[in-house]
Amino acid sequence: MTLLLKKLFPHPLLTATLTVVWLMLVNGVSAGSVIMGLILGTIVPFLTAPFWPDRPTVRNPVRIAAYILIVLWDIVRANIHVAYLVLFVPSAKLRTRFVTVPLELTSAEAITVLAGTITMTPGTVSADVSGDGRALLIHCLDAPDPDAVVAEIKQRYEGRLKEIFE
Amino acid sequence: MDLLIEGLIAFLIVGAGFFGIVGSFGLAKLPDLMTRLHGPTKATTLGIGGVLIASMLFFLWERGHFSWHELLITLFLFLTAPITANFIAKSFLHRRMSRRTELPPTGSSKGWATFDGPPIGADGEPMAIAPADRPGGRDGERG
Repeated sequence: MTLLLKKLFPHPLLTATLTVVWLMLVNGVSAGSVIMGLILGTIVPFLTAPFWPDRPTVRNPVRIAAYILIVLWDIVRANIHVAYLVLFVPSAKLRTRFVTVPLELTSAEAITVLAGTITMTPGTVSADVSGDGRALLIHCLDAPDPDAVVAEIKQRYEGRLKEIFE
Repeated sequence: MDLLIEGLIAFLIVGAGFFGIVGSFGLAKLPDLMTRLHGPTKATTLGIGGVLIASMLFFLWERGHFSWHELLITLFLFLTAPITANFIAKSFLHRRMSRRTELPPTGSSKGWATFDGPPIGADGEPMAIAPADRPGGRDGERG
């Protein structure tokens, strides 16, 4: 029985997320839309199961909420900072460079979230991951001190993601 | 109170428009592809975010019902923007093979995945989530 349940719902969290997204898309809760959402939430994880061999472990909902708030705040800061760089700093004066960020994270999901976060936040875009998954290649728009960029990413995001995923 | 909310909505829309323009201006002004990536991935996020918050406020205040669509747009935006940026950065790395020597070292035994094979996880398996037995395999995707 549990095996059947596991086969039918390989990712309960994904099922719940898809159902909620469907309800948001319908913009309201009714019996019909909940059933439709559950049908979609069952079919999609079932069909895409081969792409998700392991179930990512996610802990600490409070920490996730805190992480989202920090990233949202950083996105606002990033926008103002990039707007300043674009408007007032001549292109020739920007110290653009590639920076290597060594990773302590090991799960693919956590590294993906970290790479996405880096792209959305102050002056950095993630460009590549190393062949053994132990380092990220980051492009900085204006980095006078590359070590400070690495230290901030590790302390501000990676440490928190480690607590959430590992 | 009406005036206050209306003022707030107007402020959000105008501010969002400002950041949208700055992002597009950055696209035109910055010197090369990698720096140009910074404009659209960031400045426009706040631009679109401001419009969405204004829209939610408007529907909540004027029409009296909460609209979920704005949250969905935010969700999809946050899912797609980093991936688009990654695709563009990756094609940049592929097209400028001379850049290979200009990249910083990875600090580990393997090079960057674009030039040196797929990422290998801690368990020794490839970290990419595509099934290994798919016809064509990962190499088929290489341009």
